[in-house]
Amino acid sequence: MNDTSAFVILIAAIFTNNILLSNFLGMCSFLVCSRQLATALGLGAAVTFVMTCTTIINYAAYHHVLVPLKVHDHLYFIVFIAVIAAFVQLVEMIIERFSPALYHALGIFLPLITVNCAILGAALFMIIRKYSFAQSVGYGIGSGIGWSLAILLMAGLRQKLGYSNVPKPFEGVAIIMAITGVMAAAFMGFAGMVSIQ
Amino acid sequence: MTADIGFILTSIGVFAGLLAGLAIFLLIAERYLANYGTCEIDINGGDRILKVQGGQTLLSALYSEKVFIASACGGRGTCGYCKVTVKSGGGRVLPTELPYLTRKEIRAGVRLACQVKVREAIQLRIPEDLLNAKLFAAVVKAARSVTPDIKEIRLRLVEPAEIAHRPGQYVQVQAPSPDGPAFRAYSISSPVHEPNEVELVVRLVPGGIGSTYLHNLKLNDAVTFTGPYGEFRLNEDPATEIVCVAGGCGMAPVKNIIYSLYRRWPDRTCWLFFGCRATADIFYLDEFNDLAKAHPSFHVVYALSGPFAPDERWDGEKGFVHLAVDKHLTENARRQAFLCGPPPMIEAVTRVLQQKGMKAEDVFYDKF
Repeated sequence: MNDTSAFVILIAAIFTNNILLSNFLGMCSFLVCSRQLATALGLGAAVTFVMTCTTIINYAAYHHVLVPLKVHDHLYFIVFIAVIAAFVQLVEMIIERFSPALYHALGIFLPLITVNCAILGAALFMIIRKYSFAQSVGYGIGSGIGWSLAILLMAGLRQKLGYSNVPKPFEGVAIIMAITGVMAAAFMGFAGMVSIQ
Repeated sequence: MTADIGFILTSIGVFAGLLAGLAIFLLIAERYLANYGTCEIDINGGDRILKVQGGQTLLSALYSEKVFIASACGGRGTCGYCKVTVKSGGGRVLPTELPYLTRKEIRAGVRLACQVKVREAIQLRIPEDLLNAKLFAAVVKAARSVTPDIKEIRLRLVEPAEIAHRPGQYVQVQAPSPDGPAFRAYSISSPVHEPNEVELVVRLVPGGIGSTYLHNLKLNDAVTFTGPYGEFRLNEDPATEIVCVAGGCGMAPVKNIIYSLYRRWPDRTCWLFFGCRATADIFYLDEFNDLAKAHPSFHVVYALSGPFAPDERWDGEKGFVHLAVDKHLTENARRQAFLCGPPPMIEAVTRVLQQKGMKAEDVFYDKF
């Protein structure tokens, strides 16, 4: 068992162990949906919501169903994916009902949150790192906020990038990858503050 | 061994139970979240008021109430045909619609019916014509190949038994496809004075959903279509010449226009220019020559672009059809033109007609 406090884990998941910038999970929607701040904000909120809720449900499913029945070793992967898929359906319904414009702006990337590796990644890290319930919740929220922070920063940068002179060979995804690398390096500067493993 | 089986059964049981739980949860959520109740759709300021189940798209809501809006893509938002004017209650224009709307249309409130979700009371404006479109059940009365890849298919209407259309209008045939029924647009080639039948001229497009379906129909097979659609209106002044230019199966609307026209105005001047590649692609030439004998004011010009086989004989016009148009038409006559064919042909012919002094608003076309 790991005795770091849930709050520290939350902060660490946002800054020092940002799931996108230190583990490079959830890159596909990060690259595509970071063109506009509003879209990035919507997707970030959706991912944070899904991540928080699925970590909680997955924690309960793992520790209270799979472990007592001794089927956790080989079932947890597929169970986590099923839970995430169901939850994304729910989020889709909510967004379609309350913000049709966001629903259409996110397009295919909304259902694709299902296969967003960051979300499965958060659930798997929670198991590998043997987090308690409070720690898992902190980690889930933190990872979601961390992912949103990264995509929001990128969206802001890309809007500025529209006015700048990018060398031809770097146009498009190339410059985005390079910027992501620099951002990751910058976030490494936080690494000394707290560390979770 | 028993332990193994127990283990497998527990795994299956756990997973199945979990999936069932999630499914029930989603069903309950859907019931509360995706339920918009009954909504009212007001068409043309109170002309028709429909009460429909909310949550569906405007296109399918209208379709279920027998208002058949044209749509070639079946609601995927890729054809841009299902334009309606939403006066209130449709929400904001969605990014998926923007490619199909001009700025003027956006200001006027034009939307794609397949993208608008019915969530509240909606006020609509739909052209009167579209309200007249009906769903027809028909059977194949005759089908024959007129060229190696073009078939003429005659449908006898069953329910309703008559169609009231204008020359140049089209219908949407319902064709089965792997993703459910798809609608494909085909011009009516039979004249307006044959209201019990609809004739289509269909070119087989390799891999095409509609043309493959229509080409494989047998006698007495049932066919469903909606219509008629189309904005074209023939000029009613008999002194105005009609110029029809068709390429390949663009013949369909043109044949309808010509036969309907001579039934009503036997002495009206009309030109038919037809463009194709080789002698094998020629069709309806004998019929039109007979018509020209009966009506001396009807002029038929077939232009073949080639290449020709060494033993092929053709005494008519050679080269692309716009050259024939240029050669035969005089300048500055009072005319209305209807063009139907591939986009390069339309562009070339439009240019020629404008050089001949025709105004852009008198040139109608159907690109495919």
